[in-house]
Amino acid sequence: MQTRTLEIGVGLFLLAGLLALLLLALRVSGLSVADSADTYKLYAHFDNIAGLTVRAKVTMAGVTIGKVTAIDLDRDSYTGRVTMEVQKRVDNLPTDSTASILTAGLLGEKYIGISVGGEEALLKNEGTIRDTQSALVLEDLIGKFLLNTVNKDSK
Amino acid sequence: MRSLPTLERIRLFGRAGIEVVEALGRSTLFLLHALLGRNGLGSGFQLLVKQLHSVGVLSLPIIIVSGVFIGMVLALQGYNILVDYGSEQAVGQMVALTLLRELGPVVTGLLFAGRAGSALTAEIGNMKSTEQLSSLEMIGVDPLKYIIAPRLWAGFISMPLLALIFSVVGIWGGAMVAVDWLGVYEGSFWGNMQNSVNFHEDVLNGVLKSIVFAFVITWIAVFQGYDCEPTSEGISRATTKTVVYASLAVLGLDFILTALMFGDF
Repeated sequence: MQTRTLEIGVGLFLLAGLLALLLLALRVSGLSVADSADTYKLYAHFDNIAGLTVRAKVTMAGVTIGKVTAIDLDRDSYTGRVTMEVQKRVDNLPTDSTASILTAGLLGEKYIGISVGGEEALLKNEGTIRDTQSALVLEDLIGKFLLNTVNKDSK
Repeated sequence: MRSLPTLERIRLFGRAGIEVVEALGRSTLFLLHALLGRNGLGSGFQLLVKQLHSVGVLSLPIIIVSGVFIGMVLALQGYNILVDYGSEQAVGQMVALTLLRELGPVVTGLLFAGRAGSALTAEIGNMKSTEQLSSLEMIGVDPLKYIIAPRLWAGFISMPLLALIFSVVGIWGGAMVAVDWLGVYEGSFWGNMQNSVNFHEDVLNGVLKSIVFAFVITWIAVFQGYDCEPTSEGISRATTKTVVYASLAVLGLDFILTALMFGDF
């Protein structure tokens, strides 16, 4: 009898531990079951990456459809090359789709938003998105604004 | 002391070095013998269950209580700082990352060393001083297999589980304070957390940390008990050593592991 209660206690303890791992996976890290396998690769070249990081999400119409897996500099064109993994079921992106770097909220993290083009041909695995819009850099904006006011004053 | 010749000093220094190396070698051999010795299951399973109970289940209350409080305090402090920048929604992400990456494994390790490690050392040390270990050997039973191995395995298994429970309970405590008390919007609390926590990089690395800590703490605790001087003073010294060495090992290893895991080398 003594060992029985002991074993039940240990069993509950082990269950609690495994349950904790499950909770951390599903509730805290938001892991979904069918994740990485069904994706295809897309590239996009940006003039300015400014703050985009690996693992940033790729969205379309506000829905997350993939993530950024690598960022590196393209030596020949002096642009930043972003590698994205997009879910297989979103395989109907036209070749002239636009990728832009957006910001979630005022100080939030950067992510990529894709908006659809009108071309008939579709982007394939390892395809490149030509039409891109770089990140909004606050300093550039302020610079332009200042330049405008200076120009107005001189008139 | 003053007139100690240089050569004699070098000799003492050398002897201290040899003793350290000897202790390391002894403890490694001891670990290998205990783990790799013929592990016939059967009665071994019963012994393991018993140790899992005393090492794991009985450590649950302290782990749960401290987990809740640490989670609550993290949420409170984080909120007070983040609210200045208007980004109090990030408190969920802060609590979760802190607990999963650092505090879960480390605080559990320290509590485990104090709660279970010291008990293991004292128990085995007492067995040694009352010559139970040598009597076991006398009747042809390997004490490494029947006394040491189940305790080692119990420590290895239960500490990672305790660390996981600690993190979950801590996040729950943090959510309680942030959402229910301070009024952070629940959706963004969990949403930010899920966006920033990565299962492989944060959760699994935390588990890996706690496995390493479990290994080191249990090893130190059991070896100190087995290797202690068989007197009451020796037992008390060994118990102190267990807690001190294990805590230092946890904190030192934590830095190294963090540097390796999150340090971008």
